[in-house]
Amino acid sequence: MKTLTNVRMQTSLRMLSVKSTTMKKKWRSSLTVRTLTAISALFLVLSFGQEHLTAQSIAVEAGVLHTGVSEPIENGVVLIEDGVITAVGSASDISIGDQFERLKAAVVTPGFIDAHSTVGLSGIYNVDADQDQLETSSAIQPELRAIDAYNAREELVGYLRDLGITTVHTGHGPGAVISGQTMIVKTGGGDTIQEVLVDSVTALAMTMGSAVRSNFDKPGTRSKAVAMLRQALIDAQDYASKEDKKRDLGKEALQALLEGEITALVTAHTVSDITTALRLQKEFGFPMMLDGASEAYLLIDEIREAGVPVIIHPSMIRTYGDAQSASFTTAGVLAEAGIPVVFQSGYEAYVPKTRVVHFEAAIAVANGLSHDQAIRSLTIDAAKLLGIDDKVGSVEIGKDADLALFDGDPFEYITNTSAVIINGEVVYRAE
Amino acid sequence: MINRRILWMAVAVIVMQLTAGLWMPAGSWLPGGLSEVWAQEKPLAFTGAEIVPVSGDPIADGVLIVQNGKILAVGAAGEVDIPRDAEVRDASGYVIMPGLVDSHSHIGQGDGGDRSSALHPDVRIMDTIRPDSDTFKKAIAGGITTVNVMPGSGHLMSGQTVYLKLRPANTIEDMLLYVDEEQTIYGGLKMANGTNSLRNPPFPGTRGKSAAMVRSLYIKAQEYQKALEAGAEDPSKMPKRDLQMETLVEVLEGKRIVHNHTHRHDDILTSIRLAEEFGYRMVLHHVSEAAYVAEEIAESGFPASIIVIDSPGGKHEAVNLKFEMGPALEKAGALVGYHTDDGITDSRLFLRSAAFGVRAGMSRKTAIEAVTIANAKMMDLGDRVGTLEPGKDADFILLNGDPLSTYTHVTETWIEGNKVFDRNNEEQLPFATGGPDVFRGTGYGHHDHDHGRAQ
Repeated sequence: MKTLTNVRMQTSLRMLSVKSTTMKKKWRSSLTVRTLTAISALFLVLSFGQEHLTAQSIAVEAGVLHTGVSEPIENGVVLIEDGVITAVGSASDISIGDQFERLKAAVVTPGFIDAHSTVGLSGIYNVDADQDQLETSSAIQPELRAIDAYNAREELVGYLRDLGITTVHTGHGPGAVISGQTMIVKTGGGDTIQEVLVDSVTALAMTMGSAVRSNFDKPGTRSKAVAMLRQALIDAQDYASKEDKKRDLGKEALQALLEGEITALVTAHTVSDITTALRLQKEFGFPMMLDGASEAYLLIDEIREAGVPVIIHPSMIRTYGDAQSASFTTAGVLAEAGIPVVFQSGYEAYVPKTRVVHFEAAIAVANGLSHDQAIRSLTIDAAKLLGIDDKVGSVEIGKDADLALFDGDPFEYITNTSAVIINGEVVYRAE
Repeated sequence: MINRRILWMAVAVIVMQLTAGLWMPAGSWLPGGLSEVWAQEKPLAFTGAEIVPVSGDPIADGVLIVQNGKILAVGAAGEVDIPRDAEVRDASGYVIMPGLVDSHSHIGQGDGGDRSSALHPDVRIMDTIRPDSDTFKKAIAGGITTVNVMPGSGHLMSGQTVYLKLRPANTIEDMLLYVDEEQTIYGGLKMANGTNSLRNPPFPGTRGKSAAMVRSLYIKAQEYQKALEAGAEDPSKMPKRDLQMETLVEVLEGKRIVHNHTHRHDDILTSIRLAEEFGYRMVLHHVSEAAYVAEEIAESGFPASIIVIDSPGGKHEAVNLKFEMGPALEKAGALVGYHTDDGITDSRLFLRSAAFGVRAGMSRKTAIEAVTIANAKMMDLGDRVGTLEPGKDADFILLNGDPLSTYTHVTETWIEGNKVFDRNNEEQLPFATGGPDVFRGTGYGHHDHDHGRAQ
């Protein structure tokens, strides 16, 4: 574990990773990174001089301001200085100094968070050369790091950013027993993984269901997949208990999972696959996010009892295969039952090569989820679930200035994004 | 009201059975006429709704009257006479518009040509469709009443398409929409260029080969056509029947429209070049790079049936597929329609495509036409469906708000005067929302077994 921590620290140091709070900190290199970040920020400010400073002072004036943590504010104002939010409130309470560039929009929200994607590992062309979300040499490969495969310049990342999505939980995809690791990035503010990284190891991507056997010879059935997964976890328990051992990257990652430092992101759609996921979670006690969950509406009590959040299948997922019983109403039903539910773009083998998380949420709102809950699911709830709510997910003083500006209700089909701000920088403006 | 409807149906069925053998050609009332049996003989009037007739401006307080499966009258309240014996339905708070027309879909679980050849003009998807498919229920839950069901794009010619009215039916014949008076043509011909149909022989390996193979077959069809003409003069010269040639002669004669899958701008221009060489009628489908050649498309006069995908890419040809292609075609003056390509996009959300056109700058009028009359015209069905006008089929939908709003639902779908979907019916609601075993794994159609070559 110690060795792994060091490796992780070195990686994170290079990447100026913003740390996560809600998960355990052993894998996180908090203090040093923060200090370095501060120093770098200072350096940037000094080197770019006064003009750049002025450019970073933005006042966003919103017809309706959704903060993610309060009732919507009519005629709201957000002040941004040096990349962070310095004031939030009603226009009548906040005076805007001359140094602020003013941006106006009908509706303003925190930058949206895509709680599960493969974007950046899966690219727009959909050819071998730009598809790195699934390694098919073996069905269990927890050692595969997302940071080693992410293309920060991927066109689809920019596509999502320009629509108002500022943070993405992305990485290895569904389709293997354990396909690899996931991470969290911002969709702007840099052109390299180092610059955009928020959290370098967030979860291990696991899949229960028929997709696995179509990608691998072994396992060939669902039950064999579960047996293989349990054996791998037991081997990792063994590994963890040994003092003197040869390093094994896969077992190190599984150990981190068993010790609760990272989370299992388990894609499961059918009743049997979801209950299996819950069963394993109980057996091994790791933190888990249920992903996909087309038939979750049949297991409300079980999911609630397990205390597991749901990253709901894209609302518009195609109703075939394991997801044939998916319903537009599930997000609303889960939220009503008190189960934390957030949205994902997921993975598509064909088209749309990436989905758009607020387009998916819109369908849920049209089918029973409250508008307010949908906004929270796309912002603060997703941030909490991913352990990044100290930095993003709401419009609050001290948080990263990540905002999405719209010319109307973000869930209306005809609404356009007017501007997007990441770390206080305007990264997109409508023509 | 339900009981009354059932009673009417029962009476109608008995009357028809009694009279069919007497004054109707045997069986003529069944295929394609089943719905007339169900349709109300008494006029049915909808009042109080906002009516979007598509043929004219929206009417704030409108009246729609239907009878015997046809539209009797449409107009503003006070300007339309409601027959004294009409059943009047207060539809205040609703929007009524024509049943949606989808110019490209893969619902119905049919198939097309096989791998023995890249050219299958003889193959009919009609022979393989399941009238009881869940996918049809999904489509009517989305307000779709008329649809062009196509075989896939993995061939230069994958087969004949079929124009269907989504009436509840036991046989495919009960769903067919004939476009000619002789009742021989009820579909188009699916063609494709670009990468989907490139494979190992006997398929083409390049775009150049694709065009050459298509041209060669049309030249053969021109010769067959001449032989037919000669045979009409002199029966001894009549050529042997050839299903492939017969279909292509229908295309050459302009009776059967080619529906041409095409993405890249140069593939679009190749499609136009070939159609102009042989003089056949064509609808361009998908047309991902339409914005690059919008002027050329408009000038050619060929309509474009396009798709809305939530992000560009998924294959090389579609990396420039943007929401803006709809408005670009509108601006250039081309006839533009949207299609679902179901299961690529979901029939339940068809209106969303029109809304995304508006999002990108298309006018509301063109966007609404693009899911109704524009598509009807692309199937030679513009005189029967696609607008609310007297004499046209009584195919219409009720919506609980602005047709282009996320929050609006299709609450009822009517085909030829019969209600075929009702969102307030608990048994039918799941076809709009989904749920346990509502759709039994049928959502992907031909794209399932030919993954990666679809769309």
